[in-house]
Amino acid sequence: MNLIDTVLQGVLLGGLYALFAAGLSLVFGIMRLVNLAHGDLIILAAYLILVIVSALGLNPFVAALVAMPVMFALGWGLQRVVLNRVLGTDILPPLLVTFGLSIVIQNALLQGFSADSQRIGAGALETASVDFGPVTLGVMPMLTFASAIVVIVALNRLFYRTATGRAFRATSDDPVTASLMGIRPSAVFAQATGIAMIVVTIAALYLGMRANFDPTIGPARLIYAFEAVIIGGLGSLWGTLAGGIIIGVAQTVGAAVNPEWQILAGHLAFLLVLLIRPRGLFPRAFD
Amino acid sequence: MTLLETRALTARYGDFQALFGVDITLSEGETVAIIGANGAGKTTLLRTIAGVLKTAPDMVRLDGKGIGGRPADEIMKRGVAMVPEGRKLFPSLSVEENLLIGAQARKVPGPWSLDRVYDLFPILREKRAVPGTALSGGQQQMVAIGRALMSNPRVLLCDEISLGLAPVVIRDIYAAFPQIRAGGASVIVVEQDIGQAMKVATRVYCMMEGRVTLEGAPAALSREAIHAAYFGAVA
Repeated sequence: MNLIDTVLQGVLLGGLYALFAAGLSLVFGIMRLVNLAHGDLIILAAYLILVIVSALGLNPFVAALVAMPVMFALGWGLQRVVLNRVLGTDILPPLLVTFGLSIVIQNALLQGFSADSQRIGAGALETASVDFGPVTLGVMPMLTFASAIVVIVALNRLFYRTATGRAFRATSDDPVTASLMGIRPSAVFAQATGIAMIVVTIAALYLGMRANFDPTIGPARLIYAFEAVIIGGLGSLWGTLAGGIIIGVAQTVGAAVNPEWQILAGHLAFLLVLLIRPRGLFPRAFD
Repeated sequence: MTLLETRALTARYGDFQALFGVDITLSEGETVAIIGANGAGKTTLLRTIAGVLKTAPDMVRLDGKGIGGRPADEIMKRGVAMVPEGRKLFPSLSVEENLLIGAQARKVPGPWSLDRVYDLFPILREKRAVPGTALSGGQQQMVAIGRALMSNPRVLLCDEISLGLAPVVIRDIYAAFPQIRAGGASVIVVEQDIGQAMKVATRVYCMMEGRVTLEGAPAALSREAIHAAYFGAVA
């Protein structure tokens, strides 16, 4: 049945969008920072994985493991050196700074890697598929979706089962009172951005293995991520997955009707959800 | 032995100066009450000691060492815990998590633990899984006090813990003070409720318009002196 196939492909695509969005959601949830360079950081991580793959001849998954601590350090440093300086009651400075960062990353990548599109080769995995009777699903999309679930479960465990997560939530609630508990908000923020960059690396791995990328495609990934976060309701990671799935399904259904409608259908679904539930599907009880 | 002192402490919010040369001392084992009307600078004084407001290093001393202007998290780790005005529980955290976070950054041996705090305020044990902000005002205040005790502080700063609470609830909360003192913490309470303050304190400071106007043991202070220090001398 064609519709089932289309919807399932859309759900799996939603996993990729959820991966794009999870890091954005994490950072926004903890420090109310909308990182406009998020998409470009994903592309940066994809190039980093590509470089590790070609320089060391590693399997992409192993290369991503190598890239993770590098990206964590980058995120940590970015927060420490740049973003912590602009966070405050005024939301405009961080927006402007991350917007500028987006331009810097894009142009640095253009300088370093040219505008040619690249791809992280994954060998036979790229075309492998599993036959489920009425539908055939690609191994890569299924791996992507499974990774999204693992990432969200892991982040939720971190948030709700560990002392670090407790500090994240407390700082998100009230940074001044958190500091009275001996927690330094700037250090918490740096940790959070570092963790977000690990998620970004996982997103970059699948982005780079599934399709071509070049230095300029970051902002479009940011839009998908942003829409997934907003649909899901700010601060809810499962909501972010739901948001990713809604955009993914809308895109594949739109593409089934007419390939030109793929992207548009995703954005229309976003607008529709905003009309019906302006605070998203699973908003936090307070804010 | 002097544990904590302020020397000629000044503090300002932008152009507005809130404290003018405040000198207070807290000795080991003491409970000091700071009373005064709204806007007298009591909360500002506590927030400056706790590091939320910046000041010069020598203006706040702990064990004789200047800690003024150090970040709040560092001052907390040195053993100065705060029960902030308005309780300020973390809404995303359950009662138990609110308590646990008090001990997260400063793990030192001492009399206070989760179990001991639950013994002090048994109702919290029943409500341990509930979001902190879902409790009544009095219970929230118990969480806020317990949260501060969890770090086994040397100095406990209590800001207006009776504010907005019914008299019977205030009495219950102040009933915990003997145990808090027995646990070894020296305490500064900021209060508008003069009656409660006089009952628990070994020494009282009265503040008005950012200055200390009166100091002494509760028994040594006459009603008239307090009245004058609190509201200003009537000409």
